Amino acid sequence: MKWGVVTFPGSLDDSDTLYALREVMGQEAIGLWHKDRDLRGVDCVVLPGGFSYGDYLRCGAMARFAPIMAGVIEFAAAGGLVLGICNGFQILCEARLLPGALTRNRSLSFICQRVTVRVENAATPFTRAMATGDLLRLPIKHGEGLYVAPPAELERMERRGQVVLRYAGEDGALSEANNPNGSIRAVAGVANEHFNVFGLMPHPEHAVEAMVGGTDGARIFASIIESRA
Amino acid sequence: MQVKVFITPKAGILDPQGRAIEHSLHQLGFSTLQGVGVGKYIVLELAAASAEEVRAEVTKMCEQLLANTVIEDYSFEVVSS
Repeated sequence: MKWGVVTFPGSLDDSDTLYALREVMGQEAIGLWHKDRDLRGVDCVVLPGGFSYGDYLRCGAMARFAPIMAGVIEFAAAGGLVLGICNGFQILCEARLLPGALTRNRSLSFICQRVTVRVENAATPFTRAMATGDLLRLPIKHGEGLYVAPPAELERMERRGQVVLRYAGEDGALSEANNPNGSIRAVAGVANEHFNVFGLMPHPEHAVEAMVGGTDGARIFASIIESRA
Repeated sequence: MQVKVFITPKAGILDPQGRAIEHSLHQLGFSTLQGVGVGKYIVLELAAASAEEVRAEVTKMCEQLLANTVIEDYSFEVVSS
């Protein structure tokens, strides 16, 4: 399969994502420029982490209108796979490709630490190489990761299995202490109702090599690869 | 024409900035303070024929970009110039 990683002005983790995909996962991956509308035949588009447009106005608010997003929205509507990591997740919410919104961390501080997330739904293209209940150790680095959604919408999402990852303790338990940013229901990653678009605040691309602390991120990329095999 | 736009978190959305400021003001001794909400103030300058046209344009701007209506409310006042 072919991957495309978008670079917006202010994107930070685009090259790390390309590195993870090419060098670690052995995938064909190209860079996509924010001004181009053409997705060049990729099977999965990744919106990477970073500070697109300086996080001005709201995180992802302006990236959402970059020319490439017209292509991404069309691609998603046709069932194409879209993965949004951190700022990418924020952009997907702003573009209404995912429900809800990411707001300022409850503590008001930028959090940079390794966390544990629990797989709530292993029946998605992004988690199929895992089992429900599996724990992933992934780094988070964000100031605006507190996920919110209108209560009725959240209920629908829970029923449908759209809450894919939740922050948990090393024993898998949910608690306020295990929720780094105050996200409603400890939500760390969600999918759309067709399960072809997925956004998560943790950084899988920064957990693909044991040398830098763990390889659980590779399991998400492996799931996507498996889904397209 | 000048338009002043006010963007505020929707009721029920956690406003940690507001809470932090409320806490600090209490620490400074402002005991009558019962709440703080923090929002954005944006000033727009538009060339438009009428206030009505301006209102329509600004509403579109707010709905599309200036506010995220999932988590924010907006209001604006047209300042006659």
